[in-house]
Amino acid sequence: MNKPYGSPYVSVEGIARRFPGLTVFSDVWFGIERGEFVCLVGHSGCGKTTILNILAGLDSPSDGGVVMEGREISGPALDRAVVFQGHALMPWLTAEQNVAFALACRNPAWGKARLREEARAVLAKVGLEHAADRKPAMLSGGMKQRVGIARALAVQPKMMLMDEPFSALDALTRGSLQEEVSRLATEAGQTAFMITHDVDEAILLADRILLMTNGPNARIAEVLVNTLPRPRIRATLHHQPGYHALRDHIMDFLVTRSRTLAGAAPEGYDPRDPPIVRLAE
Amino acid sequence: MARPVPAWKAALLSLAILALFLGGWELALTAGPGAGGPAIDPEYAALLGQAAQQGGRTPMPAPSQIAVRLWELLRDPFYVRGPNDQGIGIQVAWSLGRVLLGFFIAALVAIPLGFAIGMSPLLNAALNPFIQVLRPVSPLAWMPLALFTIQDSSISAIFVIFICSIWPMLLNTAFGVANVRREWLNVARTLEAGTWRTAFRVILPAAAPTILTGMRISIGIAWLVIVAAEMLVGGTGIGYWVWNQWNNLSLADIVIAILMIGLVGLALDRLLGLIQGWVSWQE
Ligand SMILES: Nc1ncnc2c1ncn2[C@@H]1O[C@H](COP(=O)(O)OP(=O)(O)OP(=O)(O)O)[C@@H](O)[C@H]1O
Ligand SMILES: [Mg+2]
Repeated sequence: MNKPYGSPYVSVEGIARRFPGLTVFSDVWFGIERGEFVCLVGHSGCGKTTILNILAGLDSPSDGGVVMEGREISGPALDRAVVFQGHALMPWLTAEQNVAFALACRNPAWGKARLREEARAVLAKVGLEHAADRKPAMLSGGMKQRVGIARALAVQPKMMLMDEPFSALDALTRGSLQEEVSRLATEAGQTAFMITHDVDEAILLADRILLMTNGPNARIAEVLVNTLPRPRIRATLHHQPGYHALRDHIMDFLVTRSRTLAGAAPEGYDPRDPPIVRLAE
Repeated sequence: MARPVPAWKAALLSLAILALFLGGWELALTAGPGAGGPAIDPEYAALLGQAAQQGGRTPMPAPSQIAVRLWELLRDPFYVRGPNDQGIGIQVAWSLGRVLLGFFIAALVAIPLGFAIGMSPLLNAALNPFIQVLRPVSPLAWMPLALFTIQDSSISAIFVIFICSIWPMLLNTAFGVANVRREWLNVARTLEAGTWRTAFRVILPAAAPTILTGMRISIGIAWLVIVAAEMLVGGTGIGYWVWNQWNNLSLADIVIAILMIGLVGLALDRLLGLIQGWVSWQE
């Protein structure tokens, strides 16, 4: 799964994003393999959302580009679904209609009955059939985020892009949703890219964790390989050997090294091939 | 701070105020100095014409007289006895017809145009000066121009309604469309929803409450303007009727017309409010 110089499923090649007087990041390279779950961790403002938006095609890089299955990404498309941070459900549509909207975009030929049926089926996958007829205002934060996930799943994307999907939820809800996403991703072999601030979330879900230094001029300081075996169970995760080493490494990075490593790159740093860290178990 | 008030209490107070007002009015006219009919100011008498000379008593009717007259008018609201003598229902219907026609034509123009302005910053910047200049113009100022070019008084009145109701709808539609939440547009983009699907399934419902607010303001203005417009162009309509009753010095009829105008305006506003309720959404 790790072929640093091969061409991965999704290949981020030297992207930069500049605003007048501000270089958010430049020369960012990384790859995402098919079926892989990659998490991006870094402090606020380092450019995580910007990277995700570029992957989604909602933003375009000032330099470089992103190649997916051999074709350069030039705009948003149905093969990449986004789960937005603020759920972004349309409040005038019911949960079912929100999902059906996505389905109708994917399958323009489907009739109303078919859309209804399939939308309910997708909602069932995230355990929400009972709330299909409710509008977002009548759903809890966790349920809204579930509908957002269902909407993304509905288009059967090649890659799921998730921007801190659970950050606004309480710990309990967050936990159960993380487990659900973990199940959905491993069962379906879903390729996914997710931004998170939650260390445990990254350890639970990710195959690889990209650690980003603080901005401006942020870069990927290192790529941490998550060697914990799957399936991973949230409740017992912290008993797994290797968990604490991973957690300590990420915490350590977030608390100190994201800051000390910011600015000029260290000697021998190759932006095309940031150091790969594999913690001994 | 303000605690909710029981509806029956408010209704009771409303009724009490109404009774007090009508009672005071009635008393003032029956027991007041006007009852005997002393001479009135000659200039005023000249203005009032024959009526003042004939009766000598004030033409201001008491509520009881108005009620009697109201009953007369409402018993047969739709009679037609020649061009100058038609039931009050017919007159209101004429006005309502003009207002609705002018309003719908305005909506037909304002909503698509507002959509385009809201979507295109260029169009917005280009059309803004025209809108800013034309919007504050009193709709009645268009009347001579309309009468001259259209040469039909009824269509001119409709045109005036059109011109006065277009602005709130245009501006509200443009505002609502321009301010559709970016994230919904991003959802549509990532789903590759086409232009039409995005316009009708995302932007339109998102902006609908704002558009309806504009429509509600518009119909209110249109109803205000129709009375004045019909006074100017004459012929038919509640505005013309008011003017006619003034010439006949039937103040009771004018009071009744005021009441009708108010009630119809209220109904129009409520109707739009109802539609607004259907299309509004909460998060
Ligand atoms: N349109 C813009 N114009 C100027 N600067 C911008 C713009 N959009 C983003 N930025 C800057 O780019 C930087 C990265 O923003 P981004 O939203 O990607 O951060 P983030 O890592 O996602 O942060 P958070 O964790 O808080 O979501 C920030 O410093 C932000 O101020
Ligand atoms: Mg962000």
